[in-house]
Amino acid sequence: MNPLLLIIVPLLGAALAALWPSNRTRPWLLPVVGLAHAAMTLWFFINPPVVAPGDWLGFDPLARAVLPAVSLLFLVCAAYGVPYLRIRSERPNRVFVAVLLAVLGLLSAGHQARHLGVLWITTEAVTLAAVPLIHFNSTPRAFEATWKYLLIGGTGIALSLLGSFCLGYASLHGGGVGDLTFTALTAQGTGLSSPWVKTAWVLLLVGYGTKMGLAPMHTWKPDAYGEAPGIIGAILAGGVTTVAFTAILRVRAVIGAAGEGPIADRTLLVIGLFSMLVAALFLLGTRDFKRMLAYSSVEHMGILSIGASLGGAGVAAALFHVWSNGLTKGALFLSAGNMRRAAGSASMDNARGMSVLTPRSAAIFIAGMFAVTACPPFGPFFSELQVVRAAVASGHGFATAMFLGCLLLAFFGLTRVAFGIADGRPRLAAKTNAKRCAETIGVIAPPLVLLGLSLWLGLRTPAMLREAWAAAVTQLFPNP
Amino acid sequence: MNLLIGLAMGLNLLALGTNRLPSLIRVMSLQGVVLGVMPLLMEHDTLNWRVEAVALATIVGKGLVIPGLLRRAMRAANIDREIEPFIGFVPSLLLGAGGTIAAVALARALPLLPEHAGTLLVPGAIASILTGFILLIGRVKAISQVCGYLILENGIYLFGLLLIHSTPLLVESGILLDVTVGVFVIGIIVDRIQRAFDSLDTRKLTTLRE
Repeated sequence: MNPLLLIIVPLLGAALAALWPSNRTRPWLLPVVGLAHAAMTLWFFINPPVVAPGDWLGFDPLARAVLPAVSLLFLVCAAYGVPYLRIRSERPNRVFVAVLLAVLGLLSAGHQARHLGVLWITTEAVTLAAVPLIHFNSTPRAFEATWKYLLIGGTGIALSLLGSFCLGYASLHGGGVGDLTFTALTAQGTGLSSPWVKTAWVLLLVGYGTKMGLAPMHTWKPDAYGEAPGIIGAILAGGVTTVAFTAILRVRAVIGAAGEGPIADRTLLVIGLFSMLVAALFLLGTRDFKRMLAYSSVEHMGILSIGASLGGAGVAAALFHVWSNGLTKGALFLSAGNMRRAAGSASMDNARGMSVLTPRSAAIFIAGMFAVTACPPFGPFFSELQVVRAAVASGHGFATAMFLGCLLLAFFGLTRVAFGIADGRPRLAAKTNAKRCAETIGVIAPPLVLLGLSLWLGLRTPAMLREAWAAAVTQLFPNP
Repeated sequence: MNLLIGLAMGLNLLALGTNRLPSLIRVMSLQGVVLGVMPLLMEHDTLNWRVEAVALATIVGKGLVIPGLLRRAMRAANIDREIEPFIGFVPSLLLGAGGTIAAVALARALPLLPEHAGTLLVPGAIASILTGFILLIGRVKAISQVCGYLILENGIYLFGLLLIHSTPLLVESGILLDVTVGVFVIGIIVDRIQRAFDSLDTRKLTTLRE
């Protein structure tokens, strides 16, 4: 089997969805394609294909370490998508389904991109493809969020293109022949022109960091996650940001080979800590539980960035965190979507007593909230513990203290909002509304499954996954 | 060659100083044409179809299609022709001029290959990128922000010309795709903002905030 199928099948699915006549049966394409994609990913995960060094796209160890998480998350979200789109049957879903499937294909391409240009094109395409998903609700607020997302995301993507050019010029200046695959760039190593490499690193970090949602380029995130449907929030937070993160990891490997690794690590550490701090402070202030999830996502992107700055052990921990954070966030976004529908508002001021209105979703939300704030025995606890361990081992005492302090602040912020909406007496208007949004098995099972996966990752991380993360680290740091 | 880059840099300042949308769009499309001609001049002895295709696509895309789309959006939405600045015209001109000087100084710090040593490509690119940022931040109307974004893209394109010889067309085609699709999508959004708010004033997009 060719790994390109991971890209082609979802794109064909998207084309089929665009042509599918019935609004009622079209959503079923989501789980069908999702299942096919997940099965193929599993197959490639167990039998990793050989990747030639010059390939532009390939299921290499890094893709193997991350893409299955995205595929799994997409599958569960796709299963949620069917009942969700039935509830929202008043809106045409042709664009929604087609674009969502296209996003899956582009995400697979982005994770497998081994060429600077291909990586950029796929990231750009994902950014643009997500636009109709964010304004699915078509409210003025959704348009405002989309506009900000486009403007900030577009600028970020433009800067990452500029960074790619700078890296290309660094290679050219060092006597390269214009081969922009990561393998060739890494092989050129210290031959790359140093001033250009540094310029490229800054621009690529800002560019892909915008996509990832690192502070201070995170400002699109609360708006987009707050206004997009929960299912889209889950895929943006667990899938799209991951592409940007793997992009940063791949670029970081080139910078490391060029001998500028320490500078790259320092910037990653600082921007990661800053993201955590900003997110923690905003978490203490926000009153909207979907925006709260966005700030929590900013915080976790900070954790990933810190992990990436700590060498091999840190990167392995960060890859673990990609899995645990993506799956747990998925559970939170999906259950938050259920509560948002029942309450008719995402603000703490209007959404109250959710433990009475939507008891199951509220329970999942609270459990997920504890999971994401790193309470054992969920996955995030263990991945964050590994990050802390890597930080202590490499002698970053102050950074570790700040990391833990930010986690504590974020915990206060998250519990404040989560219990604020779960407790109290529900509003009268919300009561009648909630009756229409019954908690069927279709909308409860997916977040529950994701929560279960997070628990499973924490309790017994499969040896195969650990091996996959270690292989990805070896790919990124060939000579530690 | 350097004359054209100088012209593009002058157009940057004009874009910062103008107070009417149609002239901003005209300045932008002129800059697009200037940029489109550049690869033809750069590679005139080793001209191949790829370079010609890039040039043609740039001239048509940046010079005709996008300005046309923007004009149509402007007419359709019945927008006031005045540009309302956050950052006034004189301060933004001063910023732009300062930025241009800084760009020249900054470009000195970056080593160039002998064949690029004499060109103004790098300072031109940095200056356009800065101009784009000033317009993005300093203008209120959605369309003038789009123009700012396009000038930013033009700067990146200028920089890309350094690589036109060595890298596959891939990267270049990426830009054009980006520009067209970007504006297309932005155009739709602008249309929707219009319907949703009855204005193209991004200052009114302030419901979502902490």
